[in-house]
Amino acid sequence: MKKEWPLWEVFIRSKSGLNHKHVGSLHATDAEMATENARDVYTRRNEGVSIWVVESKHITASDPDDSDPLFEPAKDKIYRHPTFYNVPDDVTHM
Amino acid sequence: MTSLNLEENFQSKIDTEIKIEPKDWMPDAYRKTLIRQISQHAHSEIVGMLPEGNWITRAPSLRRKLILLAKVQDEGGHGLYLYSAAETLGADRDELVQQLLTGKAKYSSIFNYPTLNWADIGAIGWLVDGAAIMNQVMLTRTSYGPYARAMVRICKEESFHQRQGYEIMMAMAGGSPEQKAMAQDALNRWWWPSLMMFGPRDSESAHSDQASKWKIKRKSNDELRQQFVDVTVPQAERIGLSVPDPDLKWNEARGHNDFGEIDWDEFWSVVKGNGPCNRQRLQARIKAYEDGAWVREAAMAHAEKKEQRKIEPEAAVKAA
Amino acid sequence: MTDTSIKYLLQLADNALILGHRLGEWCGHAPEMELDIALTNIALDLTGQARNLYQRAAELEGQGKTEDDLAYLRDVWDFRNVLLVEQPNGDFAHTIVRQFLFDTYNYCLHQELAHSADEWVAGFAAKSLKEIAYHQRFSSEWVVRLGDGTEVSHAKMQAAIDDLWTYSGELTLPNEVEKQMASQGIGADLAKIKPAIDAKRAEVLATASLQGPTGTWMQSGGKDGRHSEHLGFILSEMQFLQRAYPGQEW
Repeated sequence: MKKEWPLWEVFIRSKSGLNHKHVGSLHATDAEMATENARDVYTRRNEGVSIWVVESKHITASDPDDSDPLFEPAKDKIYRHPTFYNVPDDVTHM
Repeated sequence: MTSLNLEENFQSKIDTEIKIEPKDWMPDAYRKTLIRQISQHAHSEIVGMLPEGNWITRAPSLRRKLILLAKVQDEGGHGLYLYSAAETLGADRDELVQQLLTGKAKYSSIFNYPTLNWADIGAIGWLVDGAAIMNQVMLTRTSYGPYARAMVRICKEESFHQRQGYEIMMAMAGGSPEQKAMAQDALNRWWWPSLMMFGPRDSESAHSDQASKWKIKRKSNDELRQQFVDVTVPQAERIGLSVPDPDLKWNEARGHNDFGEIDWDEFWSVVKGNGPCNRQRLQARIKAYEDGAWVREAAMAHAEKKEQRKIEPEAAVKAA
Repeated sequence: MTDTSIKYLLQLADNALILGHRLGEWCGHAPEMELDIALTNIALDLTGQARNLYQRAAELEGQGKTEDDLAYLRDVWDFRNVLLVEQPNGDFAHTIVRQFLFDTYNYCLHQELAHSADEWVAGFAAKSLKEIAYHQRFSSEWVVRLGDGTEVSHAKMQAAIDDLWTYSGELTLPNEVEKQMASQGIGADLAKIKPAIDAKRAEVLATASLQGPTGTWMQSGGKDGRHSEHLGFILSEMQFLQRAYPGQEW
């Protein structure tokens, strides 16, 4: 019986106040080991203050074929951005 | 989209420097080429731990011992990042490792040369990592996103590897007559194999055209080799070592160094498995894999039992 | 007083150096890539600790020696590490059991040393304790994993425990140096920390369904320079360059 250790995705918070960011993946038998492996593999140079791990199979990714209906509609909603509006230069604190 | 459109769309992304990501459509050949190249690269990192690891227990000072441990460990990490990148393409790490162990997959031939004196550790850092960095810096801009990102991380970490190697060479070249002799001996043995690391001449290279169209590889073997020679020669001169090539000469007109012909018979012979250490390297990997099998299985079995106990605490108590 | 302090520091340093050296032998050969990296991290921690301790010992000695003089130019009889840490790696079970027996001791030891009357020792111990806490967690978890995992792993772990248990007693058996240091409040009182060490070991072994043997004869002598045959081989490999080409910079 050959059973490979499952694949995990690793997210690291590099310092307090920042988001966790995906840094890579690794193999581990369970969450505990995945956390420790992540510590050993991905924070050797003081890269993190917090680790998230999630087994890769639990991640659902959007389908690139859907990217038009998913993301195109947001592109022309320019009124959501502050630069859309004309305010005189001498009006401050806005 | 028809397959023709898919292919055009793919190539136009590459042409406009948009990275290809794991779930994007890609030609099968692109996927295969990448898996082959990334896994070979990963194998090289893992096998590359062996010639240097060889000297961890003999490092001549505590400082050197720490540096070497950290460096060899980094190589293990780099292998791991690269296997992960290959896994995003649907490859399975264990299968890739099997290909290495059965001799189906290649790794960089440089690691089939022996490390015979302490200066070899310097020479590997300086020359072998120096040559690898040329390739890797180029690969940070490769078209496949996960591969490029792994290379960015690797390049960042590698930056100390070459410097520590050069520092060893510098200390020895400036040391006792024996130390200087060791340093020169190491340079003599590692120079040509380092030039071979860039692979066959462009005119002989099987993969280059397609790989550059897909922007997997963005500079040719010969370009990278020339770049390496040009930056390394003055570094050798600076510490009073001589590069073992009677044909080496600065060519003012080209603005590059001319250098002698690589012994391509030796190159192909080592690729085919006849280097001084091919057998030993592979045997060491096989032994680690086989000796570790019970550990990997037990860890998995424990995780499954633990999960089971969580689901059925009563059953577990009864079973015990 | 200083002489005893130096000896005490050397005991600590030699333990860290020799165990780190053994773990370094795994580099590139571990059962899985992630484990290779983890073991090397522990080797790096221990070797780093040894460096600090040798530097301090050399400073107290005041004879202009360096950390490397102490690591590379003393012979077997000068080394003061416990017998446990010089035992060969064996299979992964032996490595984990050796680590576990050492870590459980080392953790309690440094907890005590963090309150040492000697400011330097207290500072060193507080800093090292963070590393050692992780070592103990790592080796304890692996003891449980392999004890519980499969029949094969269970048997290998029990065999390793049976082999290495004989070296576990020396850790908490004080020699003259340790007694003096404890009485001055600089070193740890081993009798005081022994119950906590025993309890931690018992707890982990029970979780792993492994048996700590009883009535085992306990080997000792390492702390006073009487070693097993293994240390001579470790040193001849480790010290080779320094011995063959004396006085060089590397």
